[in-house]
Amino acid sequence: MIVYLLCFLLLLVGLYGVLTKRDLIKIILSIGILGYAVNLLLILFAYRKDSVYPILAKGKEVAQMVDPLPQALVLTSIVIELGTTAMLVALAIKLFEKYQTFDISQIRRLKG
Amino acid sequence: MPVEYWLIFILIVMIIASIAALEMKDILSSIVAIGVVGLGVSLSFLFLQAPDLAIVQFLFEIFALIILVKAFLGKDYHIEEPSRINKILAGVTVITLAAIFIFSVSVFELLPPFGEPLMTTSQYYLENGAKDTGAANLVSSIILDYRAYDTLGEITVLFTAILGAFTILRIKSKSKKDKTELSHAAK
Repeated sequence: MIVYLLCFLLLLVGLYGVLTKRDLIKIILSIGILGYAVNLLLILFAYRKDSVYPILAKGKEVAQMVDPLPQALVLTSIVIELGTTAMLVALAIKLFEKYQTFDISQIRRLKG
Repeated sequence: MPVEYWLIFILIVMIIASIAALEMKDILSSIVAIGVVGLGVSLSFLFLQAPDLAIVQFLFEIFALIILVKAFLGKDYHIEEPSRINKILAGVTVITLAAIFIFSVSVFELLPPFGEPLMTTSQYYLENGAKDTGAANLVSSIILDYRAYDTLGEITVLFTAILGAFTILRIKSKSKKDKTELSHAAK
């Protein structure tokens, strides 16, 4: 229970960064924090007390294994996160070339 | 020491590191602080009995740090000081997020407690995974056999994101092109 709450607090720290920071780099880092928190929360849901990793080997009982399904889904999610981070960085580099700044309040031409 | 206490310790370190990453002025320091958060995630995956994920997270962290340092270091720019309205808005945001946190306590009470997952679908995978797919690692038997189409879709998303990043980087900005044309004309 307290583990879930701390993990949710980490997610809220990321959300705070996305909502209040004006530096584009800080916003990209906060999106990274959001991703970490969500992945960790899913794996926390999968944990079973006094159990082993879900790999069949000698002396490992099936009845004493953690839930393998969230692990499989989070494995794909981590890889996608790397792709999206690379794309965000590419967008930020292009914006810097055009405006010579990462401050989102100085990037005015997108305003309608 | 039980797993739960280790996790609480790691999570507190991660929260402090992420707040430090957001509040530090120097960009290199905040990128390194993000690295602390990512390696903390990797370490907690090890405590939660997910070794494959710990390895993938570790590699992801190193790649992300290399990309961020290569892209953002040495860029000189100025951030305006936040005005009074911005500070008030940041305060309102913090209060709203604190309210969300307090309300979320009752939501997390509804979930199954830590250490006792539901295991409705997964029980089938655990019992029949080796017989159905022939893989000793049940996580890879799920991503590569039971949910192979899911993995195919994920590969498509990854490919599209990388393709998008390359396309964005290849577009030449207009002002730069004008400058090179001018310099050619001057010659």
